[in-house]
Amino acid sequence: MQRIFCAGALAASLLCATQGAQAGTVTVLTSFPKELTTAYQKAFEAAHPGIKIEILNKNTTASVAYVRELPEGQRPDIMWASAPDAFEVLARNKLLQTAPEAVNKSAPAKIGAYPLNDPQGMYYGQALAGYGIMWNTRYLQAHKLPVPKEWSDLTRPEYFGHVAISSPSRSGTTQLTVETILQGEGWEKGWGQLLAMMGNVAAVTDRSFAVPDGVNNGQYGVGIVIDFFGLAGKYSGFPVDFAYPAMTAVVPANIALIAGAKNADEAKKFMAFTMSVPGQQILFDPKISRLPILPYNLLKAPAGYPVPQDVAARAKVQFDSNVGEARYQVVTSLFDQMVTFRLKELQAATRAIHEAAKALKAKPNARGNELLAQARATAYSPLVGEANVKNEEFLELFRKNRRDVAVSKQLTGLEQIWADKARANYERAQQLANEARSLAK
Amino acid sequence: MSTTTTQPGTAGLPAAGARPWLALSGLGPWLAFGLILAFLLCFLIVPVGMVVYTAFINETGGLTLGHFGNFFAQSVFRESFFNSLIVSLASVFFASVIAIPLAYLTVRFEFRGALLIQTLGVLPLIMPPFVGAVALQLIFGRSGSMNLLLNDWFGFTIPIMDGLVGVTFVESIHYFPFILLNLVAAMRNIDGAMEESALNLGARGWRLFRRVIFPLAMPGYLAGAALVFVKVFDDLGTPLVMGVTNMLAPQAYLRITSVGIDDPLGYVISVIMIGFSILALWMAARVMKGKDYATMQKGGNSLQKRELSHWESVLAYGWILFVLFVTLAPHLGILLMSFSKVWSFSVLPDSYTLEHYATVFHDAGGMIGNTLLYCVMAAGLDVVIGTAIAYLILRTQLPARQWLDYLASAALAIPGLVLAIGYLRLFKGVNLPFTDTPVVTTWVLIMLAYAVRRLPYALRSCMAALQQVHISLEEAAQSLGASKLSTIRRIMVPLMAGGILAGFVTSFITAAVELSATILLASAQSQAPMSYGIYLYMQSISGRGPGAALGVLAVIVVGLGTYFSHRFVERSRVTTKT
Repeated sequence: MQRIFCAGALAASLLCATQGAQAGTVTVLTSFPKELTTAYQKAFEAAHPGIKIEILNKNTTASVAYVRELPEGQRPDIMWASAPDAFEVLARNKLLQTAPEAVNKSAPAKIGAYPLNDPQGMYYGQALAGYGIMWNTRYLQAHKLPVPKEWSDLTRPEYFGHVAISSPSRSGTTQLTVETILQGEGWEKGWGQLLAMMGNVAAVTDRSFAVPDGVNNGQYGVGIVIDFFGLAGKYSGFPVDFAYPAMTAVVPANIALIAGAKNADEAKKFMAFTMSVPGQQILFDPKISRLPILPYNLLKAPAGYPVPQDVAARAKVQFDSNVGEARYQVVTSLFDQMVTFRLKELQAATRAIHEAAKALKAKPNARGNELLAQARATAYSPLVGEANVKNEEFLELFRKNRRDVAVSKQLTGLEQIWADKARANYERAQQLANEARSLAK
Repeated sequence: MSTTTTQPGTAGLPAAGARPWLALSGLGPWLAFGLILAFLLCFLIVPVGMVVYTAFINETGGLTLGHFGNFFAQSVFRESFFNSLIVSLASVFFASVIAIPLAYLTVRFEFRGALLIQTLGVLPLIMPPFVGAVALQLIFGRSGSMNLLLNDWFGFTIPIMDGLVGVTFVESIHYFPFILLNLVAAMRNIDGAMEESALNLGARGWRLFRRVIFPLAMPGYLAGAALVFVKVFDDLGTPLVMGVTNMLAPQAYLRITSVGIDDPLGYVISVIMIGFSILALWMAARVMKGKDYATMQKGGNSLQKRELSHWESVLAYGWILFVLFVTLAPHLGILLMSFSKVWSFSVLPDSYTLEHYATVFHDAGGMIGNTLLYCVMAAGLDVVIGTAIAYLILRTQLPARQWLDYLASAALAIPGLVLAIGYLRLFKGVNLPFTDTPVVTTWVLIMLAYAVRRLPYALRSCMAALQQVHISLEEAAQSLGASKLSTIRRIMVPLMAGGILAGFVTSFITAAVELSATILLASAQSQAPMSYGIYLYMQSISGRGPGAALGVLAVIVVGLGTYFSHRFVERSRVTTKT
């Protein structure tokens, strides 16, 4: 009986026409939402009759695995996504090739301190994005919360349980946000602020999209997101808004030509189109709402639209991508061990700290204040010192092959120590805060 | 538990009874065994092995168990393990609380709308990924309709969607149909004489249920409960959407899918989950061992349905309505979402529109056809293989036949992503026979991935169904001169029909909402099934309306399929009676 079925399956598949194989079809692998890809597909096909665009939408992880597992000649032609880390991985595995002729010369070489294109020329900036805070106006009103403007606002007690973020180990954009804060405030102070913010967090999601989604439908009040998530929600009619804090960085979303692409020449035409004036103009569509790479004198920007160069100029931080890249693994892994996996304990400590602070404000007590300061210091300090993250040997450990049992053992041992220490610290901080609070009575 | 029909001489079955005519059959079972084994090796064991071998080797390629040592040294993993265990057990408990009354009331009593209730009871399974949890958040979440109303009226909220409690809540109302489907099939198969004799002997109400009905339906219940346990234990989507990471499946997923790191620990977790799932199924099989649940006369027609007293029926309808309301809340949620323009922090959407359906009909027509094509083929393949495995295990003496069951069931615990990567690796450079088309660019792999991933469901149902068929019925046919094959075709399969159908439906429904393997294996938009389309639309920041609309369509299409297959079985039952 099985044989009949197998035969049936084969016969049916033989009849099924094979798609995507004919020349003149450019396959674009992307994690971008449908409205963006459809807009580009339509505009490009209208301008270049004869070339067809096939959009293959996969999340970033699946995209990387897909390209890696396919043999040359059967891979899609273009990779188009936000997360710079995915492009780094592809470039390191020799899965990208250069396409210098697709680059638009009118675009600036740098946005703020960040290079627009990969210095090795493997991938190119196609749009810009800044990081910031998005909020649901109805939610804030219902909970009587003020509108947050700066990262430091999010450490305030009134936001407890109202904030959402995605984990930096899962979302390349959040990793950049975290790195921006760390570079802007300095390692120790940056982590202090970050952990205090995370104590107010309601959820650490595994997908970047879950955060704006949750803010849109009112599940969370405030989200830490990339700008177009906030802007597109707003322009699509949701009761949300978005602001750039002073500590932000403007970085590119990228497009690249995949090595061993079937239709490299046509693919380059599509890449060039996305970076041309008509291609950049599409970014202003309310449902897309991204920042263009081209200066505004070449484009027709809607009134009140954020100007990337201004945002970058206002930003207080001089973002250094090399520093961020060197300590990528340390930062994401430390974040997971201190925040993502220990969220319950961190929330409990933060709640106790907020309550103690409130009690002490009503009835000040010197010893209580001292204990409270101790509680804050215990809960909100990184488990890895700045000296360590500058130590090449220490960083090297995180880049080694995890298949080596000894390396893996060292790393898991380290993570275990972090996890234990984080838990102990949060419990100790909670205890200290409770003591402080009892003194205020 | 000695409620079997034919006490003397049957305890040793099937071994003793099967022997005389097994000798005649010879080659057939071996051939089936070989074919199934080849299928499993080709599409499950080898591809998965190509990925998870990472768990067992070190950087030079040498064998090592060091990664397992590293795993157990981490407290996060130990904690995750216990969380997964607790959530799974709790979900089995609550799913049973929901499913058992629904099944019992609708099968054994004169009940208006029984068929409708049974069909509606299956709907929770047809919840595409993301959609279920998203819709539940809209209804029961922190700022969901229920909590907004509660807060307005009484000034408090119920955090039922938080943490492990939330995961248990969602899992219970999502997976209870596994128990319901199998239990309904099992209860229909109970010999009506059993219940009548019990009634004659004075057993009533709770006692009748506890001592007679439930024990006789045990194979179905255990099949369902084991599935719920394993499914919850391995479920990834729900904890992720709820933001719970301290469970085993999310830990494995987070490790496997970190961009750019090849961390063997993720695969270690996969191996442990596979091992644990097989252990759970093995334990369910142990419980069944040495007990005989076969009855000579099949239920259904001969069974006199009982009537409920006035108060009993008020209570019963009340309970059923309440359960249906809670379990169908996600469907209500996406239905509202599919018609809403903006729905944010309010009890109901701000305004309504039909435009999402227009969008979906405009671009997604082909997806519906693709879903039906892949899922019908996959589910068909599943019940054929499932029936064959059940037959080999229960009716033959082939050595190592149990291993087919264990191998097939291992698929439950394998993350879709791992299977998909394995397929891409194994079939790299392989072309379809007689063409230049690489296998990886066709939809065949998607269909096979569905079949393999959903095979355990069909298998459990088929096994349970065959356990309830008494072997003497087949022996009778044999002694009347029927050949081996025609016994299977004319006697065994028709008697198993209810269970096979339950298996087909579960496989079909769950395949229709599979996402993780689909995302990786879809190589062109024209091949994409509905689950992929829903994922695509759900990622849109400008509103998930079209995604919800497609979700509603998926529920309708799959729901109709389920309803008509029930109708089909009911009708064939009526015709055999006349």
